[in-house]
Amino acid sequence: MEYLPNIVFAIALIVGIGFFVRNVKKLIRNIKLGKKVDVGDNKPQRWKNMAKIALGQTKMVVRPIAGLMHIIVYVGFIIINIEVLEIILDGILGTHRLFSPIGLLYNILIGSFEILAFLVIVAVTVFWVRRNIIKLQRFIKPEMKGWPKKDGNMILYIEFVLMVLFLTMNAADFQLQQMGADHYDQAGAFPISQFITPLFDGLSISTLTGIERTAWWLHILGILAFLNYLYYSKHLHILLAFPNTYYGKLKPQGQFNNLESVTNEVKLMMDPNADPFAAPANPDAAAPEKFGASDVMDLNWVQLLNAYTCTECGRCTSECPANQTGKKLSPRKIMMDTRDRLEEVGKIMDANKGEFVSNGKQLLDDYISREELWACTTCNACVEACPVSIDPLSIIVEMRRYLVMEQSAAPMELNNMMSNIENNGAPWPYNQMDRLNWVNE
Amino acid sequence: MDEQLKVKTMQEFMAEGKQPEILFWVGSAGSYDDRAKKISRAFVRLLNKANVDFAVLGQEESSTGDVAKRAGNEFLFQMQAMMNIQLLNGYEIKRIVTCDPHSFNTLKNEYPGLGGTYEVVHHTQYLKELLDQGRLTLQGETYKGKRITFHDPCYLGRANSVYEAPREVLAKTNAELVEMKRHKKTALCCGAGGAQMFKEPEKGDMDINVLRTKDALETNPNIIATGCPYCNTMMTDGIKAHEKEDSVTVLDVAELLANSI
Repeated sequence: MEYLPNIVFAIALIVGIGFFVRNVKKLIRNIKLGKKVDVGDNKPQRWKNMAKIALGQTKMVVRPIAGLMHIIVYVGFIIINIEVLEIILDGILGTHRLFSPIGLLYNILIGSFEILAFLVIVAVTVFWVRRNIIKLQRFIKPEMKGWPKKDGNMILYIEFVLMVLFLTMNAADFQLQQMGADHYDQAGAFPISQFITPLFDGLSISTLTGIERTAWWLHILGILAFLNYLYYSKHLHILLAFPNTYYGKLKPQGQFNNLESVTNEVKLMMDPNADPFAAPANPDAAAPEKFGASDVMDLNWVQLLNAYTCTECGRCTSECPANQTGKKLSPRKIMMDTRDRLEEVGKIMDANKGEFVSNGKQLLDDYISREELWACTTCNACVEACPVSIDPLSIIVEMRRYLVMEQSAAPMELNNMMSNIENNGAPWPYNQMDRLNWVNE
Repeated sequence: MDEQLKVKTMQEFMAEGKQPEILFWVGSAGSYDDRAKKISRAFVRLLNKANVDFAVLGQEESSTGDVAKRAGNEFLFQMQAMMNIQLLNGYEIKRIVTCDPHSFNTLKNEYPGLGGTYEVVHHTQYLKELLDQGRLTLQGETYKGKRITFHDPCYLGRANSVYEAPREVLAKTNAELVEMKRHKKTALCCGAGGAQMFKEPEKGDMDINVLRTKDALETNPNIIATGCPYCNTMMTDGIKAHEKEDSVTVLDVAELLANSI
């Protein structure tokens, strides 16, 4: 029975990580539903972007308050992971504070974890206040009603509780150390939890051991639970921000891709030697590619990765000129809808042995309305605002392409504009022969 | 017009067996829109003044297809692009200047993939070049002491990271440059991009150009400067919506310079 805690711990660890791996596989499968896109170019620049934007948080600090608070939580998250490593090893080996023999360095480490934990509590509280008391505009937009709002708060509660458990564990440990309890050798520095310790005055060694062990277990089980919550929440960005910034757009923001399938057809049309009635050179060729996107499978995989990476911070939406003037378009909603539809597609595949069976729905109309798509000015403010290199504009354009080229469903004024270009080479109905009249007017 | 502009077409250059220094891509707005035509004229006055040997395509020029592409009509865009590329490559064009950031963006970024690679500059960049080389000098004190705020066109600024050229050129007019709260990377769109110029806006509680003009008016300017014919229209309409057309004017960078020579 001596090894029971070790065994229970090992099982919890295997189950927790195993379940997470299962979801990661699902995540990768869903992202791979997107079309191939060539992102193998300019690797040095891509690594640099990842280092700067994801690791270095350069775009977060554009908004200083949120940026600073976020860096605290982010640094806290990464650094405190060193402590989690010790906790996991302690759990498996049945040791206590395995790393403590490193002495002074250990004290410095534990001391800084404590300060970070405290700062994280402060930052998380500020975040909560911004969402729930101050009610910043971008957190109360229509797409944030219901689950997204709960999700946002849930993450803050979990982080808060985890940090409190960590400090409680240390405080009880510190008290036990001072009482000279067995197994609790003097180790670590406790700049924050020393202020909790007085609460434990007069408690017996066994009660304190109980508190310490309970906090220890809840803390590590909480972390495992949080790890598995990621897939179901907007919080995947803590992992996906890295690949997402790596695969982010390197070209000038104004450069839209040229559809290759269109290029081939246009070349054929302009080739005076081409016979339009000739049989296709390769009769086995696949059916002509669909132009643009009406569903998630028509998007490319980087756009789908974008959707899973979005943490719904709403910086894009708050910079969007259409949204600021009361239009329905919200770039954040474009990303949330894409993810929701992709998840729906994934669930259908799970239920049908990996095969996708249409449920009569698609991204266009069932999730994203035409009114939203036509309200975009393609100004790139959303792309510029995103702290993790998400490109909502590319999805909007891809869906417009479907509407125009597959459905001929552009707004009437735009159809007029386009037939003017076709007929006289300008978006207005003027004669091409008059193009130079401005010189003599 | 009181002043005769010297404008030669590529056809004329070809007939003479010559190549111009640069091709001026006038664009559809610059060719047909009454307000934008004045910008084309102002820019040509500057080119004439600096003795630039430039050409236009004239009746051979056709829409770049930019607006069709933003509207989602990739077919129409590529048709236009390939026709224009055939023409430009036929004339062996190396360098293009344009007053329209939308043409600038699409010629510079989207034409190369379809076989048309040129050095493309925006007219504010080209004017800076002429000033730096001393080919163009500003004499006038027309705008000395005037407050000018520059509105960054999305397709010049965010889309292509050109922020300094228009500001450096404007500074040469001796005017006092004032920045809007949101400028450069965070500049708000005028509302015309993405084919919005050609349609009514979706339902909302305000028009984008009215909001952007509010940004500009907060700087208390005499002049709102732009570098895009569409921004110009939108800001001019915005000024009217705020009933400020008597005290604030909207001018292109080229017009401000043409008034300062």
